[in-house]
Amino acid sequence: MRELKLMKGNEALAESAIRAGCDAYFGYPITPQSEVLEYLSREANQRTGMVILQAESEVASINMVYGAAGTGKKVMTSSSSPGISLMQEGISYIACAELPCLLVNVNRGGPGLGTIQPAQGDYFQSVKGGGHGDYKLIVLAPSTVQEMSDFVELSFELAFKYRNPVMILTDGALGQMMEKVELNPQKERKHVELEWATTGRKNGNGRVITSLHLKSEQMEQINIRLQKKYREIEKNEIRYEAVNCDDADYIIVAYGLVARICHKAAELARAKGIKVGVFRPITLFPFPYKELFENVKDKKGILDVEMNAGQMVEDVRLAVEGKVQVEFHGRMGGVVPSPEEILEKLEEKYLGGSK
Amino acid sequence: MNEKKTLDDQHYEKIIAEESICTQDHVVYEPPKSAMYETPMHYCPGCGHGVVHRLLAEVIEEMGIIQDVIGVAPVGCSVLAYNYLNIDMSEAAHGRASAVATGIKRVLPEKLVFSYQGDGDLAAIGTAETLHTCNRGENILIIFINNGIYGMTGGQMAPTTLANMKSTTSPFGRDVATMGSPLKMTDLVAQLPGTYYVTRHSVHKAGNVRKLKKAIVKSFEYQKEKKGTCFIEVVSNCPSNWKMTPVESNKWLEENMLPFYPLGDIKTPNQKEN
Amino acid sequence: MAKVYGDIVIDIEKCKGCELCVAACPQDSLEQSREVNSKGYLYIVKVQDNCTGCINCALVCPDGAITVYREVAGGKKKEVAKVKNVNKDMTITVDE
Repeated sequence: MRELKLMKGNEALAESAIRAGCDAYFGYPITPQSEVLEYLSREANQRTGMVILQAESEVASINMVYGAAGTGKKVMTSSSSPGISLMQEGISYIACAELPCLLVNVNRGGPGLGTIQPAQGDYFQSVKGGGHGDYKLIVLAPSTVQEMSDFVELSFELAFKYRNPVMILTDGALGQMMEKVELNPQKERKHVELEWATTGRKNGNGRVITSLHLKSEQMEQINIRLQKKYREIEKNEIRYEAVNCDDADYIIVAYGLVARICHKAAELARAKGIKVGVFRPITLFPFPYKELFENVKDKKGILDVEMNAGQMVEDVRLAVEGKVQVEFHGRMGGVVPSPEEILEKLEEKYLGGSK
Repeated sequence: MNEKKTLDDQHYEKIIAEESICTQDHVVYEPPKSAMYETPMHYCPGCGHGVVHRLLAEVIEEMGIIQDVIGVAPVGCSVLAYNYLNIDMSEAAHGRASAVATGIKRVLPEKLVFSYQGDGDLAAIGTAETLHTCNRGENILIIFINNGIYGMTGGQMAPTTLANMKSTTSPFGRDVATMGSPLKMTDLVAQLPGTYYVTRHSVHKAGNVRKLKKAIVKSFEYQKEKKGTCFIEVVSNCPSNWKMTPVESNKWLEENMLPFYPLGDIKTPNQKEN
Repeated sequence: MAKVYGDIVIDIEKCKGCELCVAACPQDSLEQSREVNSKGYLYIVKVQDNCTGCINCALVCPDGAITVYREVAGGKKKEVAKVKNVNKDMTITVDE
C-alpha cells in the first residue's frame, strides 16, 4: 500500500525524486516550477543526504548535471521553457556523452519570455532535438499529478538502462494543481560503480566523458551508435493510453494536460450521441506511430488538440500517412481550451457545425 | 682535455651500452609515466600547456592521488587534455568547466577535482560560472591558463589581451576605449570569501616551473582539508598566435605580460586568517 | 671538490625543437640538430659534455621529452649526446 497524499504536481515530483533515491538536483528558480527547487531545498538533504544546489543560471545547472551525471549518480534538474532553452547546449553534450539524467520541463507559454501559464509549445524542442546535432531525449508526458510522481522513478530507470537523458515534459497547470497522489516507498540512495563513470582512475587507463571526436569518421560512428540506441528505445519503450477508441467514430489525440480536457470533451460528445475516443501518447519520443495508426485506421477522422500552434499534429499525420483525415485545434500563449470548445471544434470540422 | 671525435654508428652504440651514466640509478628527473600517456601532445612547439600538464601529472604521481583525481577540461586548446593525462576526466562546454567540476565535487566530495581553463573560457564566456564557483567556495582547484589570446580559434582578442596588443580581432591593437581593458580575473576572485588560495605563476623559466609545482601540491592539500576554492593563474605564452618563436614569446611574456599580471600569491591562507 | 656529471636523453620523437631548453641551459650544452624527426621537427641535441644535471631543460620542456641523469664524480665514465637514432656526422665528446 502506497502512501496517499494531496500534493501539487511540482511537489509530488520533487517528493518522488527524494524517494527514488536521487543523488543530486541542480536548478534555478523560474515560474511555474520553482516549487521543485523549494521543496527539495526544504526536504531532501536532511532526509537522504541528497545534494541540492541552486545554481547561478540554468546554463550552470545543466552543466553541473553533466558533471555529476558523469560520475554515475542519479542526477536531475528542472526548469520551465525559457530556462530549458538556455540548457539546450548542455543537453546536447549530455546526449552525445550518453549520460543518464532526468530533466523536467514545466512548459509555459512562449515564445520569448512569454507567459507563466501552461502551454505545450516546447513539443518540438523536447521531441525533435532542441539543441544542436542529431540526438533524442526520451520524453515522458504526464497528464496527472500521479504521473508526475510515477514518472520520476521510471525516468531514472530508462535513463540508466539506455544511458540517455530523459525529459518529463509537463506544464504549468499540472505543476501547480493539487491532486491526491500515491507515493512510492523511500528507496535507499546507494553508490553503484559503473565502468564508464569518472570516479577516479581505477585499473586501466583514465576514463573520459566527452562529446568531442575530431575525426569525422569517428564522429559518424558515435552517431551510428546513438541512432541504433534510439531505434532500440523505439522498439521497447513506447507508452500510450487509448480510451474508448474501439467503438469510436472520431479520435481525439492529445497529450499531457490537454488529454484530460479531451476526456471530458469525449464524454460530452458521447452524451450527444457522437462516438469519440481519446488517444494519448505518454512517450512523445518514442512516439507511438504504429499504435496510433492501429487505433485510428478505420475511423472517420482525428482531431488533434494541443496548447500550441500545431506541433504533435505533424507526428500524428506521419502516423496515419494520409489515410485518415487529421484536423487540428490549438490554443496558444498559455490559454487552456475548454471541453465544450473542443467538442464544438470536432463538430465544426466533421459534422458541419454544432448540433 | 676534451677531445672531439666523430664516431661511427657501431662505436656510438657501444659507448652508450658500456660507459653511459644514463641508467635508472642516476635519474634525477624523468617525465611522468603513469599519470601521463606517451602520446606526443598536439600543442604548438613551445606552448606552456605542455609544462602545466606535465606538472599536474608529476604532482598526481608524487602525491599518490591518481585514483582520487578527476579533471575537467573545457573547450579551448586544452580540451583534449584527457588524451595526455591518464586520469579520469570530463570534457566541458565552453566556459562551463567550473560548473561541471562543481557537479562532480558535490556528488563525490572525497575526490580531488580540478578544472583546467583558458582565458577565453574562464574570463569571458565562463565568467559567471567562475565567479559563482569561487563565491560558493567549492572545494576544487581551478587552473587558469592566461596567454592573452584565443589560441584554438586562431588568435582572436581575449578578455585578458593587453592594451594595444594586436590580435586578429584587434588588428590595430586593443583599443581599451572601445574594447575594454584586460580583465584581471585572478585579482577579482581573490576578493571573494570562498577562495582560500589564489596565486599567479608562470612556466617561462625553470625556477617558475618549480614554484608552480609547489602551488599545485599546496592546492591539492588544501582541497583534501576542504578549505575552499584554490585558484592558480598561469601566465603563459602562445608563440603561434603571438607570431613569435617560443624563446621570443617567453621574452615578450616577461617584458609585457608580467608587469600587468605580476607573479606571486594574491591570497594566502595566512592573510585569510588575519 | 667533487665533480658532478650530468647527462640527458631527449626523446626526439616527442621533441618539437622549440629551443626553450636551449635557452634554459646554463651550460649552453644544447643545440638544434640539422635533422628532422618523423614529424618534421628539427629536434634538440646535446653538443657539449658539460652538463651538470641541473634539470632546467627538463623543467621547461613543454613536451616532457627530456630525462636527466646525474652522478657525482668517482663513478663510471660519462658519455654525452645520447640521442637515439642519430648516426652520421654527429660530433660527440668523450671524457679521457
